Amino acid sequence: MRNQTVKAAVLVAGALLLAACGTNKTESGSGGGNNQSCDQSKGTLVIGVIAPQSGGLSALGLGIRNSAQLAADQANEKCAVPGYKLAVQTEDDQATAQVGAQAATRLSSNANVVGVVGTLNSSVAQSVQPILKGKNIVQVSPANTNPSLTRGAEYGTAPKRQFENYFRVCATDDLQGPFAAKYLVGKAGKKSIAIITDGKTYGEGLAAEFKKQAEKDGAKIVATAKVGEKDTDFSGVIGTISGSKPDAVYYGGEYPQAGPLSKQLKDAGLDIPVMGGDGIYDGKYIELGGKEGDLATSVGAPTDTLETAKAFVSAYKAKAYKDDFSAYGAFSYDATNAIIGALTKTVSGGDWSDAKRADLIKNVQSYSAEGATGEVKFDEYGDSTNKLLTVYKVSGGKWVADETGTFGG
Amino acid sequence: MATLLQQLINGLVLGGLIALIALGYTMVYGIIQLINFAHGEVFMVGGFASLATYRYFLPPSWRSDWWLALPLMAIGGAVVAVVLAVTMERFAYRPLRNAPRLAPLITALGVSVILKEVVRLCYPGATAPVPFPRVFIDRQFRFDFFGGTVSIGSTAILMIVVSIVGAIVLQTYITRSRMGRAMRATAQDPDTARLMGVNPNRTIVLTFTIGGALAGLAGVLYGIQITNVDTEVGFLYGIFAFTAAVLGGVGSIKGAVIGGFAIGLIKNLSGQYLPGGTQYDLVWIFVLLIVVLVFRPQGLFGEPERVRA
Repeated sequence: MRNQTVKAAVLVAGALLLAACGTNKTESGSGGGNNQSCDQSKGTLVIGVIAPQSGGLSALGLGIRNSAQLAADQANEKCAVPGYKLAVQTEDDQATAQVGAQAATRLSSNANVVGVVGTLNSSVAQSVQPILKGKNIVQVSPANTNPSLTRGAEYGTAPKRQFENYFRVCATDDLQGPFAAKYLVGKAGKKSIAIITDGKTYGEGLAAEFKKQAEKDGAKIVATAKVGEKDTDFSGVIGTISGSKPDAVYYGGEYPQAGPLSKQLKDAGLDIPVMGGDGIYDGKYIELGGKEGDLATSVGAPTDTLETAKAFVSAYKAKAYKDDFSAYGAFSYDATNAIIGALTKTVSGGDWSDAKRADLIKNVQSYSAEGATGEVKFDEYGDSTNKLLTVYKVSGGKWVADETGTFGG
Repeated sequence: MATLLQQLINGLVLGGLIALIALGYTMVYGIIQLINFAHGEVFMVGGFASLATYRYFLPPSWRSDWWLALPLMAIGGAVVAVVLAVTMERFAYRPLRNAPRLAPLITALGVSVILKEVVRLCYPGATAPVPFPRVFIDRQFRFDFFGGTVSIGSTAILMIVVSIVGAIVLQTYITRSRMGRAMRATAQDPDTARLMGVNPNRTIVLTFTIGGALAGLAGVLYGIQITNVDTEVGFLYGIFAFTAAVLGGVGSIKGAVIGGFAIGLIKNLSGQYLPGGTQYDLVWIFVLLIVVLVFRPQGLFGEPERVRA
């Protein structure tokens, strides 16, 4: 009996120890912005971040988190919100809708959470939006590109604002898909294209928009196929499309699958370029097998060419974060600053309370500034007025900007 | 025609991998009636262990010579997988050997979660695919076949060869050697085997050792074939292998191999030729499984469940 008790005690102690290590792993704010010359007597206001911190897309999610942290630290140094200290609380959504919903619920139960930066995935946003709406918490996404999130299912013909509290700082797939099609059919001269998608909200929406424009421009879609989210062996899919002899593949999805897919295409004797959206625009794509000549569109202009972005990049480098700012760092920085800017106006020396939430949303709606990605401003649907897009190409083992512009229909 | 041949080859490659993992499932079940759900994770850890061997133990000058690098990585992966399988047996399953059958099953699920998290601690970010070095000859053999091109990579050939050779060696060992006879005796009736002087613990540890070694080997082969590895692959291929073992008849070596190849072929061919395409390929695997189990509940080569007195 006693022996059993000892065993049980050891087991419980071990589990506790592991749990303690686990919680220690999450980095707290980098201690920056504890500027004592600011008045922070009224307490702490929290900006939530919902993005993948683990799993296949963590490279993008960590960039989003760090950039939000950077914006909050800078605001604290500048005493942006008089009387309050700003903190960032990051929740891992593991790129799944259900976990994202839990994260949103956790954040919305905290009275000090003023706004949320997130999510990365459109599919996760669908489950997060209504939860934050219920508490009237403002949400600014750095990366959701599915058009229906702001303008509803009939976004092309009868757009209708879905959530008063939801905004985004990036261009949408109904621009990104056609922009890619124009490039691939027009500039690269590809006429028989195979489309592969991963079945998620983002990938399907993007590929549908691409298909419309590509067919309009005179290309033929010779094959379509779907891959599973956990697939690693794409030989079956490649077999089904290779018979129709495509000269390019458009992939609607993200880099954990797209990279290996590109390599396996080449191994199977289909040495054709793979093109995708911002979901594959990451260094990891090349590490995982993305090959020379592959293409990706991404929202905004290349971060290292915009004047406004240079300040962000150098501030980010100075903080020496472990992870790169990735595709959405600059967007996350702008999204966080939009919330902070609107918060400053809302509080304006007074006290924060639940009653101020509606004002905060109004102030985000009217927010306008030059950010790291260019102009940060929202239209009547909550979409960004900044419609810049860039095509990147893999060359010399790196993503290199090839063409920047806006999609003009 | 060329497409058919290409998909057959792809199916055989996938099947070989599944068969290697399924062997471990089926042997352990045959001997202690335990479905070791952590076995897929042993395969995953084998992949990561060989990656660690490459990163930390291989002198850089050896990395380009595949006849040096690959065997060493295979040994690294297999040794870690074996140690893991034996440890698992000793601490998670042996104490529960006479417990109701559900207890070790739940334990196995717990062990698989622990293994995933341990790998995550050693490789932060391994929930995302981690690139795997291409240590084997990176060549594609292409030939024309009825008006189309068929290609097969050197790693794919290796996968098929290793899985078939492994199964034959194992079958010979179990039917011809002294230890093999002990294993069969223990599977048949552990109590009588003990009376005849067979040490059941030693036999069971040996079974876990062989299963672990094969899973570790499969991990290395997976790595060089797919060129990346992440913590989630254990679950997916574990499910495939488990299905293969059930399909072939749990406890049968031949059944596991044929079940593995059957699943690989069904997955690729149904994705190519059946309505719904690759989206539905997993559905057809389980349709096949259900059809087989309706007519032969013990699987293709399994023996009907014995009633233990």
